[in-house]
Amino acid sequence: MKQKRNKQAERIASLEELSLKIRQEIIQMLLEAKSGHCAGPLGAVEQYVALYFGGILKYDAKNPDWPERDRVVVSNGHYAPLLYAILAEAGYFPRDELKNLRKLGSPLQGHPYRLGLKGVETSSGPVGEGLSQAVGMALGLKLDKIKSQVYCLMGDGEQDCGSTWEAAMLAAKYQLDNLTVLIDRNNIQIDGFTEKVLPLEPLKEKYEAFGWKVLEVDGHNLEEIISALLKAKSLFAKPVAIICHTIPGKGIDFMEWEYQWHGKVPNSREAEEALRQLRSLKGKIQSELD
Amino acid sequence: MLNPELKLNSGLFSEKAEIKSMRDGFGEGLVLAGELNHQVVALCADVTESLRMNLFRDRFPERFFELGVAEQNMIGVASGLAATGKIPVVGSYAVFSPGRNWEQIRTTICYNQQKVILVGSHGGLNVGPDGGSHQALEDLALTRVLPQLAVISPCDYWEARKALLEALTYPTSVYLRLARATGPVITSPETPFQIGKAQVFWLPEEPFSGITVVATGFLVFEALKAAQELAQEKINIAVINNSTIKPLDQTLILAWAQKSKLILTLEEHQKFGGMGSTVSEFLSATYPVPMHFLGVADTFGESGEAQELIKKYGLSKDSLKEVIKTLLIEKL
Repeated sequence: MKQKRNKQAERIASLEELSLKIRQEIIQMLLEAKSGHCAGPLGAVEQYVALYFGGILKYDAKNPDWPERDRVVVSNGHYAPLLYAILAEAGYFPRDELKNLRKLGSPLQGHPYRLGLKGVETSSGPVGEGLSQAVGMALGLKLDKIKSQVYCLMGDGEQDCGSTWEAAMLAAKYQLDNLTVLIDRNNIQIDGFTEKVLPLEPLKEKYEAFGWKVLEVDGHNLEEIISALLKAKSLFAKPVAIICHTIPGKGIDFMEWEYQWHGKVPNSREAEEALRQLRSLKGKIQSELD
Repeated sequence: MLNPELKLNSGLFSEKAEIKSMRDGFGEGLVLAGELNHQVVALCADVTESLRMNLFRDRFPERFFELGVAEQNMIGVASGLAATGKIPVVGSYAVFSPGRNWEQIRTTICYNQQKVILVGSHGGLNVGPDGGSHQALEDLALTRVLPQLAVISPCDYWEARKALLEALTYPTSVYLRLARATGPVITSPETPFQIGKAQVFWLPEEPFSGITVVATGFLVFEALKAAQELAQEKINIAVINNSTIKPLDQTLILAWAQKSKLILTLEEHQKFGGMGSTVSEFLSATYPVPMHFLGVADTFGESGEAQELIKKYGLSKDSLKEVIKTLLIEKL
């Protein structure tokens, strides 16, 4: 029996499909590039899809320097393949460019480079620096009385960095309610599981103690992410952190939860298997739509 | 003699010479910068009065940000402010900025090409009683290796003030090094200043083929005093104020290398990697000339009064005179 579909469910399903497409592009890019990061970008797809295509972010790919745009700061620059796939989808540059990731002369540098590519707000790579920059942007926008939101996309590994907490304190001091942070809580970093490398928990309480409002969502549930982003935008006097619980390597069984996939890429056999799994997932989503 | 074209302070060598600090020059210049350009914002990390940034804070409270003892964050925040069109002026002590936050400067300001003016006070031994932990002797080396960053070490109150104002419109980010101690006012409001231009402050008698001293920062006065005293002993030297360490004024340095027997550099910084190294890197590749380097010799400073330390570490006018006399006898 056909399920009764409302518009919202249809929209979410199409965003899920888009997420799958982005995941396939990530695998293809990394296969072509032969180096880069796999697990994180695959796990964070829904956060980016929700932000750019879930009706949250104010942007205009044809006018990337529009002063009233919302700002996106990717603090963990090793998520570059994900950002690039998203920016191509959003129309900042032709999708064909994706195959040049990490190649000589390409604007798609191994880590995002602001001057090379429209839509990239800041050059990043060394983690733990994005939140500071996002705080600076939020302060600058407030000074100019521009009502744009600053979104900072962070990993959980960079919660190790002292400068992240320096920035968190400052954001609370200046009551930056135009700042929303998405933390990709995938529990892995280069050397292993975050709680073994340097325990972060209780992360939510930490941010709360630093003067933030904290929301927690299932980072693969687009509906939850979108509603948290909407809520974050409507809150006053406090910056908001949304902890997105995700599975690193999401969608590909042999990558999920394996921290070894943080900084490596699939070989052609592995990529083929990854794409096969993603395609069969697509079949599943489509059958649910019917 | 003091170069008459530069309108330097003619009372410089008098007992009653006006004494002022570079920090005051910077702090007062910053207020002026704030008046001239509404995009100027200032950030400080818990040393606001020491850097005289309280003048700006009190005048433009909404454009001043107190960051706390958080120099790494301060750089990222400045980068973010620059991304929204502001011109951030970021102040701290040089051991902390660019000392503690060098990588943030590299990535979020230089690599990212967000224009920020970095001000590191307490550069050199003249910091005095606070001791070695607080005497930045490495900041010129740290900053001059970074692309998209100019490096300036002014010699007095007026140069510090002018350097800041020039930095506002300079095409790249700028690092401005300040001394803690007060010193004689060497230049005047009329002395020309341009980033990237060195100036001959002490002109030798012509014909000249002697030693040219290239000095920077707080020690320019020591070099001038030495030149004046040596002149009384009929020893003829030139003194260049090399306040821009990067980009180096290659034209002027080359011209004086060509007419000198030896270039002697003088700085309140490690000999490794500082101003002398910059001059040497340039000259060794274009016009090799004998050189001698006066600076701190791979060691840290210690507590003491500024003048005591400058003497102890062999950077005073008396040390300079002695070295010049020895060089003239032994090498030239």
